[in-house]
Amino acid sequence: MEVSSDYAVQMHGITKVFGSFKALDAVDLNVRKQTVHAILGENGAGKSTLMNVLYGLYSADEGEVYLNGERVSISGPTDAIAHGIGMVHQHFMLVENFTVTENIVLGNEVTKAGGVLDPKRAREKVLEIVEEYGFDVDPDAKIEDISVGMQQRVEILKALYRGADTLILDEPTAVLTPQEIEKLIQIMHDLVSKGKTIIVITHKLKEIMSSADECTIIRRGKYMSTVDVSKTSETELATLMVGRNVNLHVEKKPATPGEVVLSIKDLHVKDERGIEQVNGFNLDIRAGEIVGLAGIDGNGQKELADAIDALVKPESGTITVKGEEIQGTTPKTVIDHAVATIPSDRHRWGLVLPFTVAENMVLERHNEETFGKGIALDLAKIKEFSQKLIDEFDIRPAECADHQAAGLSGGNQQKVIIAREVSSNPDVLIAIQPTRGLDVGAIEFVHKALIRERDRGAAILLISFELDEIMDVADKMAIIYAGKNVGEFDQGTITEEQAGLLMAGGDAE
Amino acid sequence: MSTLTKIMRKPITSAIVAIFVGLLVASIILVVAGYDPISSFEALIGGMVGKPKYISNVIIKATPLLFTGIAVAFAFRVGLFNIGAEGQYIVGTILAVIVGYSLDLPPVLQIPVVVLVGTAGGAGIGAIIGWLKAQFGINEVITSIMFNWISLYLCNFVVSLPQFHQPNSTSSYSINESGYTTLFYGMKNSEDGAEAIRNIPVIGDAIMRTDVNIGIFVAIIAAIFIGWLLMRTKVGYEMRAVGFNRDAAQFTGINVKKNLTLCMAISGALCGLAGALTITGIAPHSIATLAAFENNGFNGLSVAFIANCNPVACIPASFLFAGLLYGGQTVQQTVGAPSEIINIVIGTIVFFMALGGVIPMLADRLDHKRAQKAKEEEAKLAAQVSDASDPSQEEANNAH
Repeated sequence: MEVSSDYAVQMHGITKVFGSFKALDAVDLNVRKQTVHAILGENGAGKSTLMNVLYGLYSADEGEVYLNGERVSISGPTDAIAHGIGMVHQHFMLVENFTVTENIVLGNEVTKAGGVLDPKRAREKVLEIVEEYGFDVDPDAKIEDISVGMQQRVEILKALYRGADTLILDEPTAVLTPQEIEKLIQIMHDLVSKGKTIIVITHKLKEIMSSADECTIIRRGKYMSTVDVSKTSETELATLMVGRNVNLHVEKKPATPGEVVLSIKDLHVKDERGIEQVNGFNLDIRAGEIVGLAGIDGNGQKELADAIDALVKPESGTITVKGEEIQGTTPKTVIDHAVATIPSDRHRWGLVLPFTVAENMVLERHNEETFGKGIALDLAKIKEFSQKLIDEFDIRPAECADHQAAGLSGGNQQKVIIAREVSSNPDVLIAIQPTRGLDVGAIEFVHKALIRERDRGAAILLISFELDEIMDVADKMAIIYAGKNVGEFDQGTITEEQAGLLMAGGDAE
Repeated sequence: MSTLTKIMRKPITSAIVAIFVGLLVASIILVVAGYDPISSFEALIGGMVGKPKYISNVIIKATPLLFTGIAVAFAFRVGLFNIGAEGQYIVGTILAVIVGYSLDLPPVLQIPVVVLVGTAGGAGIGAIIGWLKAQFGINEVITSIMFNWISLYLCNFVVSLPQFHQPNSTSSYSINESGYTTLFYGMKNSEDGAEAIRNIPVIGDAIMRTDVNIGIFVAIIAAIFIGWLLMRTKVGYEMRAVGFNRDAAQFTGINVKKNLTLCMAISGALCGLAGALTITGIAPHSIATLAAFENNGFNGLSVAFIANCNPVACIPASFLFAGLLYGGQTVQQTVGAPSEIINIVIGTIVFFMALGGVIPMLADRLDHKRAQKAKEEEAKLAAQVSDASDPSQEEANNAH
């Protein structure tokens, strides 16, 4: 490796070990000045670990870091900031009831003599940067009142205010609408043209293609290669990332919808704070079709799903499964109506992590006679049943029936939940962000499972914040905004842009 | 992983090391306080197992601790902290005395009625605590502590009632003899019988002079039953699911509220049973005005945590704990150490047993250090090899 001042950041032979797990194994990274450099890898591949080393949150066990051709040792975030490195985390670190200006100067306040705050000069300084980079941000707005996209811009401003020349963005598009993503990419290009260097951590191929100049791929803690984005394709990147050929698009036959199985009528649901989150929602789902519910997080998806699963009582409205009302009953009643759910948070809702895989497999069915007479539990039967599912769903390791569920990888944990939920041949399947946090290979598996269930005749509601996923998997798309169903479209009759506008509360026309 | 660290990970190793370190620290305390540790521990062990009579008394003392220990362990496995074992135990004793004194049925009926009413009392208190938790989310620690005080004063109130108060004493009347679960009670009180018992070799004296009763057998059966209930039944499966992850349990259709209430009811029932069996089994078969808690429930907390909340492991843990308590008295008598020092010594040993979880952690650290050392060695070796190899290789390395 040649150390040169043409590079804003060079990392050489970075190794980081956690216990017996090698998170990074001699990884190299060379980021040219004034470029957007993407770091691509599956979940757990070590992308964030590598950036945390650069930002000084972790110290590497081996390897060197060079900034602008000079060897440095970064011992903490303060050190990193002093070296001109800024980081925008996936989860924003903003004080909700402070203004934009207050958040930006926080920890680096503008003061008069004797440490007295000088809000006027602080505001001027912030405005200066806002204008220099052409950000559309009101310095006096409170964080809680501005959109997620704008909050992200505040985070970027925070880094710029501290004099960052190199910006690390960790999964920056996870929470944005398609329009906001476009705006972010524009901002990234503007920043580069003004002399900044940007490193983006992501697993979204499409965004790399439209934003990055170069891309470094990491697989299971090992450096794979660095490619020129203009000379590659999404498929090539995916293959490099996963290590085998993957099918990025789901192959499926056209749906053959039957009778309406799940019907939601004029549903109103309040959240814990008493605010009405689902606000007159209507939706019908037929047997043998996947309806994708698109929307930005926080528009009532959680409350809608909770109401279907009878975890909360709706204020009014009905939810019927094959003509029988299930709203306001108990989760058990809902399950008895052949409604299965793949929950959004597999650790919180889906699995009892200290339980073995076998114990998790029978969570909804342990009371069946097959698994023991009377109150006794037939452990051998449970294991036999689980082993069948483990084999059928290719859950790894194959002998995991007696292992704690906590020890499985995220993808395999999700497979356990899917295996359990579909093993009862449900009439209705509610899949809430079923691919969240999964890598490309596991996503492919989940999508195939959903389509297999559809073809078996289940009515499927797919709730997802990833528009791509809904575009790809669903037969029909419904859009939720402010707790209402604001439009239903057959697949192919709406573009991503139109959907994005509806998701943001606009008009598709 | 080496053999050493493998051994360190075994739960039994933790227990043994904990006892050993506890004794070591306790020795230091004894030396500082001016007492000879060796003779102190000799007295302690002697006081525990020196005579059949001592062993018998240790077993008798262990009985309520085993019950309350499994009660606490069971609740803890379901995610509840039953600090109210003390109060539920007291309620068991109160109800056993009321029923055992008021009724005088034949023993086949009297004993079950007295024991069941005491058990039901503990279960009732537990159920209220569990229901309040399930329905309104009221923390079970607060309600159990309050019930401890309610039970204590209820006990004193019942003792003070004229129909139960034994004149010129601080206690109630004893229950009727038909309710006694003391073994060989009839024989001990007839001259021929007493003679026959005394003539039994080795243990005759112990049986004669201690309140040998059926309690320990019931307690051991209860420990095994609770272990089975937790691990091998649908009821226990649901409860463990609730204990580990209430959200997932609810999501998959398990009735969380029912399970929380039921769990506390079972936990309370075990404590109530302990109280009732103490009344039926041990003289004076009555309750007395309590100035302070007798710690039958609170010591159950220690037993449960020494046993790592495994109901069956509570059996040895309760024997050990009762042995320390009982043997401690002998130390006081023979070495002359005040009871405060003895209690500090017991506390120290239990403290280190509670720290037992540290040892597997040490094993992890040891493994990690070894792995690192091995890696360093490897790197050194690799460096030597590459030094010895030809220069062109080295150049290639540098270029990379």
